[in-house]
Amino acid sequence: MTEVRKPVEDLLTDYDIFEPEFVKDPYPSFSEIRESKCPIARTERYEGSWLPTRYEDVVAIAQEYETFTSRGILVVPPFPGQGEGAYGGVTAPPITSDPPDHHWHRRLILPVFSPQSVAKFEQGTRDLCNALIDEVIDKGTADAAADYAQHIPVRVIATLLGVPLEMESDFTAWVRAALENIMDAEGRKWARKNIIEFFLAQVEDRKQNPREDDFITELMNTEVEGKVVPIEYVLGVCNLMLVAGVDTTWSAIGSCMWHMAQHPEHRKQLRENPNLWPTAIEELLRMYAPVTMARIVDHDIEFQGCPMKAGDRVLMAFPAANRDPRQFENPDEVILDREHNRHVAFGSGIHRCAGSNLARLEVRVALQTWLERIPEFELVDKTDVTWAGGQVHGPRKCLVKF
Amino acid sequence: MRVSVIDDACHGHQMCAIAAPEVFGSDELGNAIVLIDGDIPAELQAKTRRAESNCPERAIVITD
Ligand code: HEM
Ligand code: SF4
Repeated sequence: MTEVRKPVEDLLTDYDIFEPEFVKDPYPSFSEIRESKCPIARTERYEGSWLPTRYEDVVAIAQEYETFTSRGILVVPPFPGQGEGAYGGVTAPPITSDPPDHHWHRRLILPVFSPQSVAKFEQGTRDLCNALIDEVIDKGTADAAADYAQHIPVRVIATLLGVPLEMESDFTAWVRAALENIMDAEGRKWARKNIIEFFLAQVEDRKQNPREDDFITELMNTEVEGKVVPIEYVLGVCNLMLVAGVDTTWSAIGSCMWHMAQHPEHRKQLRENPNLWPTAIEELLRMYAPVTMARIVDHDIEFQGCPMKAGDRVLMAFPAANRDPRQFENPDEVILDREHNRHVAFGSGIHRCAGSNLARLEVRVALQTWLERIPEFELVDKTDVTWAGGQVHGPRKCLVKF
Repeated sequence: MRVSVIDDACHGHQMCAIAAPEVFGSDELGNAIVLIDGDIPAELQAKTRRAESNCPERAIVITD
């Protein structure tokens, strides 16, 4: 990212999702595009992409999985040589799968994430949040992103996968390289290599030392139509769990903390009416939806007047859809008890987030635990918050005092 | 009032169960099931409508 950035001439034909202002706050650009004569913008940057911004268009694209395929789901092209070599066939099922395989790829992991199954993570998550707060509470100041939010999802996922918690900082580094600093193709290659080698070793270890009640073991032993699933599937699912479950949820927790630090009235509202929590979490997820996914166009098609070609990349800006005034009244305002909220922070259609019940639980417990112990807090300096953006949007440095 | 879920359209957002936990639950895959046989009692009707208006897949059908 050292090259000099060409300034954006026209958002509608030249948007740049990695432009520093856009990374920090993409919402003004989203609304400018959404309210223009051309609500699906185009850029030639990063090998080109389309950017729909209206709720209706984003949802229609997510639903049309035959036209808009999941062959490429990153907002940038694959790195050179991706998919080659030993284990080159490891992808990230079900997120990278299309029907018909998508169906069983997804179905196999769903039971782990049902509301009933994820409930068992609540106490552990609370204990973890309390331990993180113990570290900072006497200091009177903390980085809500780096000292708190960042550590929660990675430890929950490591527990779910049954892999060593001590490797937290490695996992975090891999995930950031895979999803956050994605302009750096070498970094993505490095992350992929590490993740695959790590899970390969975990699989080998389980063959030598069988374990009971273990996610990876169960995955390895799963049979589909009489045959155990291929090793590529096992590695791919583990890869996805790590990559999809960490940066996303950490970004959501971070944005919620950033919001709460600036809104004493919302802290009070939740204190006085704890029944509001589940609805409030959905509203915060609508407002600060962290994830943008991509699709690859299967065949030439004209979509809403846009001439899309086979192989084109389309960015499904769920964050933009969630602020469309055609769908949400006062879309830029957080209304904790919002009545109608068909938000798509978790996507829409067949790929809709499989981990959403776990994600919600983590976000809620992280906020509840903090607010119980540190009911009053504020930003140290509004102008000194840094953000990640592009594929996943959320604060990376967010100092608060209390 | 009666309510049903279109199975093919439901993708397990669980927004319905958040809005009306007395009316909607989840199967082992996280997709919605209706917990009430027959008529929805008067006191749960507002919540049921709210659930309908929070389903991102428009998978909930209410018949009066
Ligand atoms: C607030 C946190 C999260 C957000 C906003 C989020 C968002 C999303 C979105 C938008 C998709 C749709 C992808 C697409 O359409 O291509 C997705 C898919 C997925 N997410 Fe999440 N996610 C979060 C947390 C998690 C967690 C904690 C897990 C589990 C470990 C997880 C696992 C998955 C899986 C497995 C898929 C693929 C589903 C499929 O393709 O059928 N996510 N997520
Ligand atoms: S909100 Fe809609 S899609 Fe989600 S579980 Fe309920 S019925 Fe299914």
